[in-house]
Amino acid sequence: MHRHRVAAARWGLYSGRPPSFVPDRLPECRIVHETPEIQVSSVSKVFGPRPERALERLRAGADRDALRREHGWVLALDDLSLEIRRGEVFVVMGLSGSGKSTLLRLLNGLHRPTAGRVLIAGRDLASLPRRELLALRRSRFGMVFQHFALLPHRTVRGNVEFGLEIQGTPRAERRARAAEALELVGLRGWETRRPDELSGGMRQRVGLARALAVSPDILLMDEAFSALDPLIRADLQRELLALQARLRKTIVFVTHDLDEALRLGDRIAILRDGRLVQVGTPAQIVASPADDYVARFVSGVDPARALTAGVVAVSHGVAGAAARPASVLDRLREAGLTCACVVDPGGAPHGLVTADELARLAGADAPIGDAVLQPVRTVPADTPLAEVIVLAAADAAPIAVRESGGGPVRGIISRQALLAGLAHRGATLVGDGKGADATADGPETTA
Amino acid sequence: MTGLSAFRIPVGRWSEEAVNFLLDRYDGAFHHVSSGLYIVISALQHGLAAVPVPVAILVLALLTWWSAGTRAGIFALAGLALIANMGLWGPTMVTLALVLCAELIVFAIGFPLGILSAVSRRAERTLRPLLDLMQTMPAFVYLIPAVMLFGLGLVPGVIATFIFAIPPLIRLTSLGIRQVPHDLIEAAEAFGATPAQTLWKVRIPMAMPTILAGLNQSIMLALSMVVIAAMIGAGGLGKNVLEGITRLEIGAGFEAGLAVVIVAIVLDRITQGLGHGKRRR
Ligand SMILES: Nc1ncnc2c1ncn2[C@@H]1O[C@H](COP(=O)(O)OP(=O)(O)OP(=O)(O)O)[C@@H](O)[C@H]1O
Ligand SMILES: [Mg+2]
Repeated sequence: MHRHRVAAARWGLYSGRPPSFVPDRLPECRIVHETPEIQVSSVSKVFGPRPERALERLRAGADRDALRREHGWVLALDDLSLEIRRGEVFVVMGLSGSGKSTLLRLLNGLHRPTAGRVLIAGRDLASLPRRELLALRRSRFGMVFQHFALLPHRTVRGNVEFGLEIQGTPRAERRARAAEALELVGLRGWETRRPDELSGGMRQRVGLARALAVSPDILLMDEAFSALDPLIRADLQRELLALQARLRKTIVFVTHDLDEALRLGDRIAILRDGRLVQVGTPAQIVASPADDYVARFVSGVDPARALTAGVVAVSHGVAGAAARPASVLDRLREAGLTCACVVDPGGAPHGLVTADELARLAGADAPIGDAVLQPVRTVPADTPLAEVIVLAAADAAPIAVRESGGGPVRGIISRQALLAGLAHRGATLVGDGKGADATADGPETTA
Repeated sequence: MTGLSAFRIPVGRWSEEAVNFLLDRYDGAFHHVSSGLYIVISALQHGLAAVPVPVAILVLALLTWWSAGTRAGIFALAGLALIANMGLWGPTMVTLALVLCAELIVFAIGFPLGILSAVSRRAERTLRPLLDLMQTMPAFVYLIPAVMLFGLGLVPGVIATFIFAIPPLIRLTSLGIRQVPHDLIEAAEAFGATPAQTLWKVRIPMAMPTILAGLNQSIMLALSMVVIAAMIGAGGLGKNVLEGITRLEIGAGFEAGLAVVIVAIVLDRITQGLGHGKRRR
């Protein structure tokens, strides 16, 4: 449950539009307006001799496979642009060889782009002198490698201390922070072992501890949980989310596992042959895949588990106590709803008003405040749809969806819409706006 | 044939001139090097000779045991005792001093050169033919210039041994450092390691087994030089072997040769154990 709260609280928050609610009411919902932490603009990466030549040929229309066969040029990333915001978990998915690891290595300058630019906090990596690049890596980045890359001649502790050693951290502090990081990944007591004495999953956790020990602002994680058994994996995912809720790092997470992507990601980018196919919130990806490739990726997902109440809530069904009954009625008809949820100016729910009651009020020219209200059931926005379904099955009345933590009502979910959506899955499932967009006009229209 | 030697390229004369030039120009320098080396060698020699024989045997045997295990330790104990029993302890210590001294210089020069040739393409290309030359040129050829430059005795012995023994250390150091898996270097770089930090914290430790194998090879080659070094008056077990040969005393020659083999095996086990033992622990 905790897991869902943390993960889903952020689902749909980063829709790219400014929030309409007052941020200090909802501290987790801060949307960052400053320059993105990471900007990747039109980056291409070619492996092989004299890579610029390959790009010229490609731009001139040469065939990618032919270039690979004849000259050994591999186009790993093709004109890729992305922005990753501070404090978000950005998941990168794609088939093997689609350029995920290459992208990750470009972010901390391990690879140089053949074309395009990578900006970290607004600074172009290519323009940094070598020393500053090293300083930047030391102070801001932590990386977990797909193939662990542990130093076999060092103990577990020595490996975890490595990054701190590079930074010149004093020994005592190094010890303490390494111990902390090892505790976090559940490897206390293994400090003096060597990597070759550990299982694959344990090695991966050492790699994770090594990255966490330097307390980086930006964590680059390349299939960091892939070698773990399901239980430890779930544990570590939970741990990462808890950590993230506290520390708000920027995490770029490469994974093959869609469930993991949905659980961890604020946004997910899907790569194909080095190109960006789609980027969006988990709900967007699941609900409206951009093409067949993405659709195949998400085909196995159970929408009841992947989507949350906040995503399918319809804001048309929310009415402020001061709203005119006639206009609310119009909105309900438009949205095909039979009830509206009446809220106070702060957005807290009062109760349900039926369409019939609204029609009566409109006829009597009375305000909504005079309405006879039915009790309303509310759920937090991060509730998985599976739980909403249980509630909807128990009673036909619509369910109000509040921002998590007792925030304002975001919208309502009617049983019909829920069932229709689950049956079709796709655009119909998503309320009157994808994710957070729904909130953009919610409280406003009711005020 | 005649056509090819119509004009003879004076390679031989050039080399003579080069040695003469060095002698004329840098005689003082060679003299300094020579006396400096002499001090080091005689200190080593006297130091080793001053240790009571049973203590020395025990220490070496323990060292072998620590590094290579019980069987090697017992072998060292028995072998060294046999050397003492044959009355060859004195010359053995002289030989050991010569080998140790040569190896000190080999390491002091070979290790940095090995690193250099691992990280610099240019250095590697310059060094390679030089190393080939040092390894294949018959030792007798540079024995004479060594004598001319450094005089007779232990010092030219050490120099000749050094020339013969340094190539494997440079080669294997370079190889070991170049063979460090790229993903480990990348990991170090991802944490912001400078090239020097990557070298000392990742490359060299990872290459250590290979480097130690190079050192081991180098020591074996140094020991194989003792007889040749004895020809220019370096003394030690080589001298006993030579005397055995020239006086046709087969037994004495064989005993001295056996002592060389025992020393070689003991040193081999000690250095080889260093390379592997650290890994196991
Ligand atoms: N150092 C390199 N030299 C040459 N080609 C490379 C290099 N690194 C990656 N490539 C090529 O670039 C392409 C993308 O590789 P990348 O490792 O980024 O894929 P990936 O998405 O991480 O795949 P996986 O899921 O298998 O890890 C591949 O075709 C690969 O062969
Ligand atoms: Mg990869």
